[in-house]
Amino acid sequence: MTSPTLTQVRRRGPRRRARAATALTPAAGVGLGIALIWFSILVLLPLSAVVITTTEGGWATFWETIRQPQTWAAIKLTVGEAVLVTLTNVVFGTMIAWVLVRDRFWGKRVLEVIIDIPFALPTIVAGLVLLALYGPNSPIGVDVANTRIAVYLALLFVTTPFVVRTVQPVLLELDPETEQAAQSLGASRFTTFRRILIPALAPAITAGAALSFARAISEYGSLVLLSGNLPMRTEVTSVRILTYIENGNMAAAASVASLLLLVALFAIVALDVISRRVARR
Amino acid sequence: MNGNRLVRYSLRTIVLVYLGLLIVWPVSLVAKNAFSEGIGTFIDALTEETTAYAFQLTLIVAVWAVVINTVFGILISILLVRYTFPGRRALSAFIDLPLSVSPVVVGLALLLAYGGTNGWFGPALEDSGIQVIYATPGIIMATAFVSLPLVIREIVPVLTEIGTEQEQAARSLGANAWQTFRRITIPAIRWALVYGVVLSLARSLGEFGAVKIVSGNIVGQTQTATLVVEEKYQNFEQTAAYASSFVLAAAAVLALIVVTLLRPGHEESASTAGVTAATTSVPTQKDPA
Repeated sequence: MTSPTLTQVRRRGPRRRARAATALTPAAGVGLGIALIWFSILVLLPLSAVVITTTEGGWATFWETIRQPQTWAAIKLTVGEAVLVTLTNVVFGTMIAWVLVRDRFWGKRVLEVIIDIPFALPTIVAGLVLLALYGPNSPIGVDVANTRIAVYLALLFVTTPFVVRTVQPVLLELDPETEQAAQSLGASRFTTFRRILIPALAPAITAGAALSFARAISEYGSLVLLSGNLPMRTEVTSVRILTYIENGNMAAAASVASLLLLVALFAIVALDVISRRVARR
Repeated sequence: MNGNRLVRYSLRTIVLVYLGLLIVWPVSLVAKNAFSEGIGTFIDALTEETTAYAFQLTLIVAVWAVVINTVFGILISILLVRYTFPGRRALSAFIDLPLSVSPVVVGLALLLAYGGTNGWFGPALEDSGIQVIYATPGIIMATAFVSLPLVIREIVPVLTEIGTEQEQAARSLGANAWQTFRRITIPAIRWALVYGVVLSLARSLGEFGAVKIVSGNIVGQTQTATLVVEEKYQNFEQTAAYASSFVLAAAAVLALIVVTLLRPGHEESASTAGVTAATTSVPTQKDPA
């Protein structure tokens, strides 16, 4: 109801595309062949090497590696921190998106640049940057280096843009008049938020949360300098994989990597399902 | 209305404080720490032989990765938008995979496939004189892997929006496929392409985890700029670490500023294209009826 034109465009989208898209011409077929060969060399073959190395080791090796106390502690820490970070992003990301879309103030364009800094900044620099403010030489006297708070901070830094950037365009399409209408009809601010904003934004927030979770469980670079990689305490899953690689234990490295791949794949499928449900609406 | 203003101001304050503490303040400290011992030390740190070499290598790798991803990205985007073929949806989903894969897993995957002694294809490649892992090709592949979807994600929506009318008109007026591509398609996706290239470049200059594994981190040979930062910091050469970080961070922020300056025009054209598509699609829908 909010924007009939938008839903109409969306509904027409596929039809229009179906008219525009054609069957492969011979030249396009050659192009597709080249693209697929390069994609296989770069992405598909190496990733299947990880999966096949895991299956060669068998279920027993996989399970044994995952349940090894230090690895299991790393997995638990990573997933737990990723969930915490994702929840924080859901709250603050939505808030930031709202301010970027609905608020007007001097310097808002600067804020747009700042939001994307964690995407563009090299991860190792991100770690160093946080260490400068929250490390041993902190100018404000807060030293969380080598603690679980450091892990949380690093993951929060690198995942900040996801929810903001998925919610922002949806909020931009959403007419502020609907919110005003609800309020003029006597709805409280909380009711307006719950009945108008949340249902409209929920799919975008979920998509952003999935991306942020996938990124958080796979993070490595920003944690290297900041978390100290203390076994059983601040060591995350990617660091465990790296240790296995350095010790030449490829079967174990592949096992943990496959677990991460599985979770990433799950996040992608979930995203696809969500975005299709939104398109249908 | 007063209540509205209160909510607005408090949200604005919370957001500004949050981003200030999490992003702005820490990032600004890099500049401060890099120049804490003066500009002379800063320049010395960067011109030191191995560091200068690392930056040179990073630049070469990034340029290669961006060129590969741009050519591949344009090709794949046109195929995904303009053609139908079995497995198109699957390919479209798989393209995004590199964004969700841990850099460490990327490194491991390349190692298992192309490792010199135990990799699937490594020994065969080495027999024909090509070393991938612990050499520049491996670093380029790792970098290309992690930044693969960036160009595609920018071009695909624009290609979808602009439709095929102009391309069909050009073809019907006698232009061949290459002329149509060069004169119609490329100018139409120009800004999205620039946007994607800048983002890929920023990402490529900063890759760390995947590169650390496939490069072997050999000083003066396969050590890239991000690896220098780690090594310097762990050797207690903090100022040197911050100096290299400053250059990398400055490149990243510069890329973002370029992209943000380009974006408004890009968004406008996209939204107007959307409007025209919406209005023109009404008669086309009536056509069959």
